[in-house]
Amino acid sequence: MRLVSRLPELVLPALLVAGVALLGTFTSRSNEIHFRTALVDVAIVVGLYVFIGNSGVISFGQISFVAVGAFAAGLMSLSPQIKRSIMPALFPILKNHSLGNVESLLLAAGLGAVFALVVGLPLMRLSGLAAGIATFAVLGITHNVLFNYTKIGPGATALTNIPETTGLLQGMIGALIAIAAAWLYQLSRFGRLLRATREDPAAAQAVGVSIHRQRLIAFVLSGALCGFAGGLFVHEAGTITTEDVYLDLTFLTLAMLVVGGVGSLLGAVVGALLVSGLDSFLITAESGVHVLGVKIDLHDGTHLVVLGAVMALVLVLRPEGITGSREFRLPRVRRWWARSAEAPT
Amino acid sequence: MLQTLFDALALGSVYALMAVGIGLVFGVLRLVNFAYGQLIMAGAYALAIGSSHHWPEWVSVLTCFGVVIALSLLMEIALFRPLRGASAATMLVATFAVAFLLQAIALLKFGSLVKTASIFPGLFYPIGHGDFQTVRKITIVAIACAAVALVALTLLLNRTTYGLHMRAAAANFQTARALGVRANEVITLAVVLSGVLAAVVSIILVVENPFVEPHFALRDTIIVLVGVVVGGLDRLWTATLGGFLIGVATSVFTDQLSSAHSVYVDSFVFGLVILVLLLRPEGVFAPLRTRTVERA
Repeated sequence: MRLVSRLPELVLPALLVAGVALLGTFTSRSNEIHFRTALVDVAIVVGLYVFIGNSGVISFGQISFVAVGAFAAGLMSLSPQIKRSIMPALFPILKNHSLGNVESLLLAAGLGAVFALVVGLPLMRLSGLAAGIATFAVLGITHNVLFNYTKIGPGATALTNIPETTGLLQGMIGALIAIAAAWLYQLSRFGRLLRATREDPAAAQAVGVSIHRQRLIAFVLSGALCGFAGGLFVHEAGTITTEDVYLDLTFLTLAMLVVGGVGSLLGAVVGALLVSGLDSFLITAESGVHVLGVKIDLHDGTHLVVLGAVMALVLVLRPEGITGSREFRLPRVRRWWARSAEAPT
Repeated sequence: MLQTLFDALALGSVYALMAVGIGLVFGVLRLVNFAYGQLIMAGAYALAIGSSHHWPEWVSVLTCFGVVIALSLLMEIALFRPLRGASAATMLVATFAVAFLLQAIALLKFGSLVKTASIFPGLFYPIGHGDFQTVRKITIVAIACAAVALVALTLLLNRTTYGLHMRAAAANFQTARALGVRANEVITLAVVLSGVLAAVVSIILVVENPFVEPHFALRDTIIVLVGVVVGGLDRLWTATLGGFLIGVATSVFTDQLSSAHSVYVDSFVFGLVILVLLLRPEGVFAPLRTRTVERA
């Protein structure tokens, strides 16, 4: 019955995502991109939340999994002929094969999970400051290697002409998959154990919970979701450079998570949608936009200033985020469910 | 060979100065300042503006110190103070946000194009002939600056009442407060000192690389942050040594690897760091057999 009583936790975020996708179908072709971006952002931030939210350990490294997923999905979606001509240095296995849309997304998720396992196996022993810095080092290494190693990718140049299959529908389905996975995880025994280590590491260890193992499970799931989201990302944009999946994206997605509320799935989704919307609006406004008859024309780069300020303000004034890091619950209905569930017995 | 040695010592010295700046604030606030590099960047812009208006060099330098210290104090009042006692993760993310904010402001104000700051151009020349042809004056100045600053700081910490208060606060903030150490004064002093060091670093870095842009000193800061954590932030000297050694390592890797491999310097350094963190999570120089219980 726990599954049903905690259904609202899943339903509200899912409805929000479906609502945004639906809204997107009514907008003009040129505005649709903002909705697609928002859906992809939800997928990435939910991926971040699975680890950071449940473990309470900060990681600056999850965008490495997004990067790996994005480059893998993008590269494998291109036809062998194109790859032979523009990236002759690639390993033959990468150069001579290509995958369809869904397969490329699965590959992205798989690679994200494997990479997270390799990285997490040693790193999950760390916590607090050391974890933050070590995951930052992982991000640095990933960027450095992707930028320079032309046998596995385009290196410093942009990867272009990737099929833009992430429309509103695929974006919505992708975000919903991420949300459902995160919900199932936090309901599971593993999710509970990990949150116990977040609340009190010493007590959790005392009752026999292995912090290392629980963090690793969440890290790998988060890696899979982030890799998957990277696949959605590259199929949305159609083009990618290593800079697209480095510090700026790390900052942006962390801002989304923090603004929404690090500790809840609802927070991750609300934060991603709100901040993504704000970001899209500001970027549009930088090239001039009319709102209620007033012309707004912001200086280039304003969007980063506003986001930085918003994130800092939220952290200082409301560190639990705008949702207070709480999940959506229906108190009365829940009691009613519980009673009707017990009645027959 | 001589050049490699001096370059390594110079980069190590600059990184050691940054490590001290980060370590001082960490000591009293338990906060790692991600935005430290942006303080240096702000100082560098001050120098660039000074040089584009042809201010006398001492005016530029004073402006640089003024801007960096003012910004440090602003950060302390607007951010560090409200966040006192927050979790390590929250503070890390908050200073990360401020780092981005400052960088975005620089981008907005000055654009992404480089500004050239010519200050103390004489220091760019070699110190002598022959073997010394390849060693520039600024290299020596950087090493000397670091040495002087470290000695002065050691004296301040070990020989003055303020230093005693600061060391007490770093060892145990609550107890120190209970024994009459004025928390705000000590923190302000640490923040100002860390600002002074940031200003010194921005002058040295600008002389070495006069092209100022919004990402100025960003890579250096990331490397130093990694270095201080590896060295161990619980003690100032271990953090400093961590910063120094990672500077030396970065410089030696850059000089000695062939150009095909030297692009991977960051990977080598960070990989090394991950290895070290795994073997000694409390820091390389932490005393043996101290296992800290994880704090919630």
